[in-house]
Amino acid sequence: MVALAAATALLAGCSSKGDNSGNPLTDDSKASGDTVVVGSNNFPESTLLADIYGEALKAKGIKVAYKPNIGSRETTYGLIKNGSLSVLPEYNGALLAYLDKNAKPKTADATTTAIEAKLDSKLTLLKPAAAQSKDSVTVNAATAKKYHLTEKSSIGDLKDLAKDLVIGASPEFQARQQGLVGLKSVYGLEFKSFRALDAGGPLTQEALKKDAVQAADLFTTDATISKEKFVVLQDPKNLFGFENVQPLVYKGALSKKGAAALDAVSAKLDTATLLQLDTEVQAQHKDPLDVARAWLKSAGLD
Amino acid sequence: MNGFFDLPSDLQHSYLGLVGLHLREALIPVLAGLIVSLPVAQLCVRFRWIYPPVLGITTVLYAVPSLAFFVVLIDYFGQSETTVMIPLALYSLVVLVPAIVDGVRSVPQETLAAAEAMGLGAVRRYFQVQLPIAVPAIIAGLRVATVSSISLVSVGMLIGNQGALGNMLYDAQTYHRPALAVNSVLTIAVLGILADAVLVLVRVLLTPWMPRKGATR
Amino acid sequence: MNVLDFARAFFSDSAHWHGYDGIPTRFAEHVGFSLEALLIAAAIGLPVGLVTGHYGRGGNALALIATAGRALPSFGLLVLMFIWIGFGLLPVMIPLVVLAVPPILVTTYEAIRSVDPSPVDAARGMGMPEARVLFQVEVPVALPLILSGLRTAAIQIVSTATIAAYVSLGGLGRYIIDGLYQKNYEKVVGGATLTAGLALATLVLFWAASRLTVSPGVRRSG
Repeated sequence: MVALAAATALLAGCSSKGDNSGNPLTDDSKASGDTVVVGSNNFPESTLLADIYGEALKAKGIKVAYKPNIGSRETTYGLIKNGSLSVLPEYNGALLAYLDKNAKPKTADATTTAIEAKLDSKLTLLKPAAAQSKDSVTVNAATAKKYHLTEKSSIGDLKDLAKDLVIGASPEFQARQQGLVGLKSVYGLEFKSFRALDAGGPLTQEALKKDAVQAADLFTTDATISKEKFVVLQDPKNLFGFENVQPLVYKGALSKKGAAALDAVSAKLDTATLLQLDTEVQAQHKDPLDVARAWLKSAGLD
Repeated sequence: MNGFFDLPSDLQHSYLGLVGLHLREALIPVLAGLIVSLPVAQLCVRFRWIYPPVLGITTVLYAVPSLAFFVVLIDYFGQSETTVMIPLALYSLVVLVPAIVDGVRSVPQETLAAAEAMGLGAVRRYFQVQLPIAVPAIIAGLRVATVSSISLVSVGMLIGNQGALGNMLYDAQTYHRPALAVNSVLTIAVLGILADAVLVLVRVLLTPWMPRKGATR
Repeated sequence: MNVLDFARAFFSDSAHWHGYDGIPTRFAEHVGFSLEALLIAAAIGLPVGLVTGHYGRGGNALALIATAGRALPSFGLLVLMFIWIGFGLLPVMIPLVVLAVPPILVTTYEAIRSVDPSPVDAARGMGMPEARVLFQVEVPVALPLILSGLRTAAIQIVSTATIAAYVSLGGLGRYIIDGLYQKNYEKVVGGATLTAGLALATLVLFWAASRLTVSPGVRRSG
């Protein structure tokens, strides 16, 4: 029976490979030749950033293939490590927390240095952008009112309240240092329960709005925060650290020209810009690729 | 501004491109399942004692949810089409083996004896008598396997966007465009119904001796 | 890597045995959705199948409905219903019921249709009203097949209910989805094992039910 399963696998595998070679629509899983494969995680901002990187590279005459919406960092880090992806938009603090649970850098530069120390030898980071998009602990308006929480309140203020609150975030948040693990070890919070939603996407926004969860992990660049009067709590112990947008690159997959193009993007990308572009995609329903192209043009990077 | 068939750029395909991809991801596994299940079923017919354990194992495999299958296979085949197709091929096998065994077994002894008396060898008897008589049962199995395969491909969306038309579901949520989800569900359903109709037609063509009554199962 | 090792690691971790994310809670949630979906599907499929089978009408319409029901992708329907309805059990119930009605409906119809007509005629000849003909003659004879339709539906529901986790509900699918995003194969394998086990238990339960309820005169082998 095992042989049977294997035969089936082989058949499916062979036939699919046979087809792939003849079909230009399907991208090969490995980054091959000169084509730069730009990947993204499964949330809209990541896809937008991937489009910005990809279009900036195309503008310099570099061949680009996209692999959007792949999944969580736990998956994409493995894919870029084995060369399936060549470029991935990353957030420096979150990447560091993934690589080293105990790191507590004081500056953005220190974050980059700390990451480089832990990063797989086949990977490297380009320059960080000024733009930051942090994970956060954000409460909805009703919860803020009930417990008198304001923009000045800190995550630590939830210490006695957490046992009555449900927190919602992406499934990976449950097992991450920048998640339930760190909220417990750094702030001593134990929530009533955890509800698995998505990475700051529509599920999370909806759940917080409908009070299915009272606190949630939203990205600080999320336009719904101001729209729904959500309150982002302060993070004095820097659990969510620095979160500069920064390209993670598989060494050798990107030419000097390509690296320079992405550095030029990072030099112009600040938090206000990112918030504006996110709003265009998520609130105004524009296609991320169009938004990326329009911004590159306005920034003189096309 | 966004037409019903205009897809977001991150899907990387036109609507028809996704339809093609979807059909490929769904149908190759059924074909693989059919190719493997024919000899397996023949073994089960020849050696009766094999059938119960084969049925047992296939039942257990069928009980494993497709989502879990996909995720476990990522380790071996990456987030690729192959990862989506292997479970679908296994599910097809599970449906097809019993269908073929029952179909071949339903051939009456007298018919086989007549074939033998006409001097047909085991191989010719299989291809010229047993298999054609089993066609309705095989097609009935193929219909179930094909329709469920077309529907299950969409779950591949969860493993790195390998769900073809199913990938539209993610974008429908993320970009707040419900029309994309409607489009995805309807297109998949129509593909399933069309594939089913094609198989019914194939059965009618392959079994000219059967009375032409409406589709039963 | 060995699947058995992952399973062992999952089940031996005591943290997986209590709390809102513990195995007992998730198992109960899964059984809960599955039972509810099966009951709703049976409440729709059984009466319609019995009546159409009894009068022998509407077979083609039923075949069409069944094909359409099977062709609708459960996962797609789940996401669509979630977008339209929002959080709750309803977006999960709809695709599960759509999935389960066709096998119940079609099998019930065919089960009643395939009852030997002579005892049915005899019963009519004895002056039995139609309802008694259906419930005292046709249903007992058709019961093994009717149960097999319910069994198919139940197993499909148990296995498909895992996708509920994608729209933030509980159940055993929670372990599979969380394991996917956390890259934690212990959870994936644990969730898959529990789901497959539940499906097989369902199989045994239906086997037992058919031993208990089917009259010995009707019992068929295999």
